Amino acid sequence: MAMQIIQKKPESLTEKEFTYCPGCTHGIAHRLVAEVLDELGVREKTITVGPVGCSVFAYQFFNTDATVAAHGRAPAVATGIKRARPDLCVFTYQGDGDLAAIGTAEIIHAANRGEKITTIFINNAIYGMTGGQMAPTTLLGMKTTTTPYGRNANNDGYPIHVSEMVKETKGVAFLARVKINTPQDVQKARKAIKKAFLAQLKGLGFGMVEVLSTCPTNWGLDPASALKWLDEHMVPEYPLGVFVDKVGEEQ
Amino acid sequence: MAERVLVKGTEAIGEAAVRAGCRLFFGYPITPQNELPEYMSKRMPEVNGSFLQTESEVATINMVYGAACTGRRVMTSTSSPGFSLMQEGVSYMAGAQLPAVLVNVVRGGPGLGDIQPAQSDYWQATKGGGHGDYKLIVLAPSTLQEAVDLVSLAFDLADKYRNPVLILADGVIGQIMEPVTFPEFKDPNTLPKHDDWALQGAIGREKHVVTSFDIDPVVLEKMNLELVEKFKKIESTEKRWEEYKLDDADVVITAFGTIGRISKSVVTRARQEGIKVGLFRPITLWPFPYKRLEEIVKGKKLVLDVELNMGQMLEDVKLAVKDNAPVAFYKRMGGMVPTPEEILDVLKMELGR
Ligand SMILES: Cc1ncc(C[n+]2csc(CCOP(=O)(O)OP(=O)(O)O)c2C)c(N)n1
Ligand code: SF4
Repeated sequence: MAMQIIQKKPESLTEKEFTYCPGCTHGIAHRLVAEVLDELGVREKTITVGPVGCSVFAYQFFNTDATVAAHGRAPAVATGIKRARPDLCVFTYQGDGDLAAIGTAEIIHAANRGEKITTIFINNAIYGMTGGQMAPTTLLGMKTTTTPYGRNANNDGYPIHVSEMVKETKGVAFLARVKINTPQDVQKARKAIKKAFLAQLKGLGFGMVEVLSTCPTNWGLDPASALKWLDEHMVPEYPLGVFVDKVGEEQ
Repeated sequence: MAERVLVKGTEAIGEAAVRAGCRLFFGYPITPQNELPEYMSKRMPEVNGSFLQTESEVATINMVYGAACTGRRVMTSTSSPGFSLMQEGVSYMAGAQLPAVLVNVVRGGPGLGDIQPAQSDYWQATKGGGHGDYKLIVLAPSTLQEAVDLVSLAFDLADKYRNPVLILADGVIGQIMEPVTFPEFKDPNTLPKHDDWALQGAIGREKHVVTSFDIDPVVLEKMNLELVEKFKKIESTEKRWEEYKLDDADVVITAFGTIGRISKSVVTRARQEGIKVGLFRPITLWPFPYKRLEEIVKGKKLVLDVELNMGQMLEDVKLAVKDNAPVAFYKRMGGMVPTPEEILDVLKMELGR
């Protein structure tokens, strides 16, 4: 009987094994980005700009030319690359400490300039790499290693809504918040990521997808409970949806 | 023959960069260097280049990092507080071995200081202003013609060694007008493309990675040692300095940048009074020309180091001079610049005249 390959590793991923914890959805997000790069046929003209965070190894995982930006500065690095080589496809992959705390200025201004780059923003409500400290996206009452009594608005402020802030900038051509904890959601996320890349490839402007993601290790949950916790706690705070879509219907 | 034109310092630096094939400029406004980004904002569109006014110096240096990743010539300029903000990015660039030309038009500090000429960023420039083991090649012009020439050299050195090169200027260099002769235009297409490492899209080849990062200390140590070897090579081949009337001198003035220029007048005036003075002016502040200075000062009556800071290059001068001659120091700070007469008086006092 002839064998047929129905699922294989995207060409846009290398052989390098992921370093993520079991049940961490960083890996799913990586795979979706790689599938989109394959589908759009842009792997050979894509530059990956990795962050500092658990996904600091993104430069090894994506089978594209790649660099690692300083913590929070990926949108600036991507801007520099794109200004030098407008013909390339440039994307940043950033966590919520990287993008929503130390890198707030860079992301807002890249979006506002309508920089023709794509940003994949992983919101897991925590600092993964440094050991589970509070992120600006941490939910109220949520315990982290630096909010041992739970995040308290009076002292720590409120969960930050980056997509809602980016939405207000005029340079955005595609913007959505998605989750990837069920197969149906993964399909929707892939569509959104594709459009976020099309936004730059068509020269329309800045594209970003905020991906609600799990961190079972630092949430103190097993992988299955983490997927559930995301629906129960993160989605109410961070409503899903497409906020900006200048790309239009996919062909 | 190329004609001489009268230009302002900041514009001379900008035009020299354009002629060196630089088509990418990122910058954030800060006095006293605003005319340089202003000039580039006008000039870059004329040569199909890209100018971007950024949201901060932090963003600026990371854009420079990104542009440099593609192997293209890129420049930024700033002044002291702005260069402080850039230090993390500069360290990343040195670690990732990225070429770029950075300009710091130094002003009075610390803190907000003032907007007058100073040389108080010497330590930051030459001893590693950011974290980790690295060096910048640091060039200090004392005239506009030299600034023009050093900008061309800076791009070539940056490309040759894959290392950021810093032009350490001061407000005087930035603001004066002088006639200069510009070099011919270099066609960006004829410049090094860095096909062996640059990020250009992995078309039909293995992927390229540009990074200062490796989680494995065994590998990182190798990367560090590779940098050390590079820095040694730069030290052995790239030292530059000027010697002025040193042959018969009893006294050696050491000074860089604007003070180097002023010290030439001191030499002339001193000689009119029968005091044999010469000038040793380092042009590369790193690598510092220790050996040549040591040779020169042997048997001299006095070495007078003059700077617009609390005595920063003085440490390197003393390292070079050792016990071979007494070293005196004269400083102005906070944006004050001494006159030649003032320096001559100090010199006479030190000589007991
Ligand atoms: C300038 C600087 N400050 C702090 C750090 C330490 N640091 C590394 S990763 C990180 C936070 C990462 O969290 P996040 O962006 O949410 O990504 P995650 O690890 O959760 O995927 C921090 C603070 C650093 N590397 N550089
Ligand atoms: S610490 Fe959290 S975010 Fe990081 S890899 Fe593990 S589960 Fe994923």
